[in-house]
Amino acid sequence: MVSGLLHGLAGGLLIGLACGLFFLVSGRILGISGLAGALLGRWSAASRDNLLFFAGLLAGAALVARPGLVLALASPNRLILAGLLVGVGVGLANGCTSGHAVCGLARGAKRSMAATLVFMAVAMLTVALGRTL
Amino acid sequence: MSRLSTLVAPAAGLLFGAGLALSGMIDPAKVLGFLDIGGSWDPSLAGVMAGAIPVTALFYGWTRRRGATLAGQPVPRSPGGRVDARLIVGAAVFGLGWGLAGLCPGPAIADLALDRRIIPFVLAMAAGLWLSRRLAGRWWPAG
Repeated sequence: MVSGLLHGLAGGLLIGLACGLFFLVSGRILGISGLAGALLGRWSAASRDNLLFFAGLLAGAALVARPGLVLALASPNRLILAGLLVGVGVGLANGCTSGHAVCGLARGAKRSMAATLVFMAVAMLTVALGRTL
Repeated sequence: MSRLSTLVAPAAGLLFGAGLALSGMIDPAKVLGFLDIGGSWDPSLAGVMAGAIPVTALFYGWTRRRGATLAGQPVPRSPGGRVDARLIVGAAVFGLGWGLAGLCPGPAIADLALDRRIIPFVLAMAAGLWLSRRLAGRWWPAG
């Protein structure tokens, strides 16, 4: 449990470093759904940078993930339903865990505080209901 | 985009992906354990926010004090706007999906490097994101 918290904290420091450097250099908010959404639109000057970001993201995860880690993924049907909901939700809310719960809270944005409270509460409720049903 | 921005993009991705893997957020089981406050709650992912937010805030403050980005551009103004129905509904729909599978966008995309079974989630997420932007944006503009 203590080691879990330390790993969480260390991972958080790396994520904070990523968000901070990204803003310091380019002035852009590091929101995963924002960067991904921009790639779904017309090709722009930022698109190459966004693609490079995602290449780095995959490489970083592959390098640090515990070898032999088997992800506990839901059934394909549930994954598709959940993926649709996540995509529609972050599109409407203009941000996800990174854009709102890290970058938004770091600059004290009211919209991000509201969004973070709502998606954390609903996600916790969904897990609680799923366990009892 | 300046050359410096193009250099920092993959570096930020590398740090972000490493952070997700180190914290355990890439594994939905870990995330669901964090969300399960009424059950066998695993609070360790609270450390991610506790680590990430202050570091990000330090860099934001530093950048604003410099008055320019390292790439030499003026620092963009913070997006403002009010808390509106679209934000709240979107956050609730996102929370529902997050709770159903234990995946938010960053870890889901990072998991593409580890397990191809994640592909249906990422495609559905892209479709949902596209739908909400192209269609909902017309009759329900962002606040």
